Amino acid sequence: MDFLRPASWEEALAAKAEHPTAVPIAGGTDVMVEINFDHRRPEYLLDLNRVGELTEWEVGGESVRLGASVPYTAIMENLRAELPGLALASHTVASPQIRNRGGVGGNLGTASPAGDAHPALLAAGAEVEAESVRGSRMIPIDEFYTGVKRNALAPDELIRAVHIKKADGPQQYSKVGTRNAMVIAVCAFGLALHPQTRTVRTGIGSAAPTPVRAKAAEEFLSAALEEGGFWESGKIITPSIAKQFAELASGGCNPIDDVRGTAKYRRHAVGIMARRTLGWTWEQYRGTARTLEGVA
Amino acid sequence: MRVNFTVNGRRQEADDVWEGESLLYVLRERLGLPGSKNACEQGECGSCTVRLDGVPVCSCLVAAGQVEGREVVTVEGLADYAKQREQSACGTGACGTSLQDAQQWSAKGSDSHTGEGTELSPIQQAFIDAGAVQCGFCTPGLLVAADEMLERTPSPSDEDIREALSGNLCRCTGYEKILDAVRLAAARQGNQEATV
Repeated sequence: MDFLRPASWEEALAAKAEHPTAVPIAGGTDVMVEINFDHRRPEYLLDLNRVGELTEWEVGGESVRLGASVPYTAIMENLRAELPGLALASHTVASPQIRNRGGVGGNLGTASPAGDAHPALLAAGAEVEAESVRGSRMIPIDEFYTGVKRNALAPDELIRAVHIKKADGPQQYSKVGTRNAMVIAVCAFGLALHPQTRTVRTGIGSAAPTPVRAKAAEEFLSAALEEGGFWESGKIITPSIAKQFAELASGGCNPIDDVRGTAKYRRHAVGIMARRTLGWTWEQYRGTARTLEGVA
Repeated sequence: MRVNFTVNGRRQEADDVWEGESLLYVLRERLGLPGSKNACEQGECGSCTVRLDGVPVCSCLVAAGQVEGREVVTVEGLADYAKQREQSACGTGACGTSLQDAQQWSAKGSDSHTGEGTELSPIQQAFIDAGAVQCGFCTPGLLVAADEMLERTPSPSDEDIREALSGNLCRCTGYEKILDAVRLAAARQGNQEATV
């Protein structure tokens, strides 16, 4: 095994071009587990810790450009107003020790269907900034996840940043697990209200081969809110709309039975989480503060 | 490969390090500092918690090569680290814990039950006084995590404590005494500040 230590982003891209099999390591919270358990013996480890810009973020007018290695702790502490859904999701990641090291770039690189950031990214709307020596491209988050632990990156590409739309309305995140820490999601759900475009977006985690949006549920709810004049009136969403939304969200799953839960349970839980997160976000929207911050 | 980094305030060099090796392995097997415990090797249990550039991390998930040029504090250096923090910072470079001292560090003192005669950090003393140590395996990680929390949050709520220690498992399930110990250390810290 070779340990590659690029001192700059350019050097990192050059190293990845020269050794496309090199495994990038930043927080190490996925990669080191595989190495410790001898599940993986990469020929090259590409350490990104010395590329300082990967731990920086910029808040722009429309979106936040989040460096691939910004640790979850920093997201929780600094970006709660701009990215409430992702901040909530970050808080559910493992433990303080893991949140101090792990970041969204690694979540995307691993592309596990159970990655905690994915539902929040899908719901907020995001693009992955991937780069190689050949150039840079933006991959819409909807096209990024291509299979179980597979993503749209080319072998010579690295994730530089994620561009996440700033919240224009309340966002919520819910995750089912056996305790509040150190839990791989049994399933998870992210919901973002977008009052500016009068749309809602969702993200489902751990209940399909990849993280997915519940598009039928989104379309139904957007239409129902529009037709009922809910955005203007801010009135309480009727139980029948919430129920239908929950059923459609549940129908957006394609889960399996595994050690953490059964497919049936996951479908059920996603429906419950969809209804609850809708209730929470809508209460926030109706509230005079129209607060954009998450609660947990 | 060779890795140069600072451990407990002193420059150290580890040789013949395998590229896939963890910081935990380097600390335990190459530098002879077995205070950080090796249990799950997957970041679940927190018993290998150390400070990396001040931040608590699971040393089993840090690749050895990633610590080149960086600073690590282990439980063996915790007493000195806490003392220096109290005396606010080390300007001379002469402080820290030598490797030999760290290797020989033990909490024996003249009385292993009370910690008398041994230099302990306040959190270590509080763990002894509160009876928060059972088999002791999770203790080093908890000490490092709790000490960092008290540094960041001098008057923690129970929620703060639970959250800060949520990545550390105690399979003796002695959590209540552990919480007592952290509360005790926080209270003593508060009293001390009040009298200054």
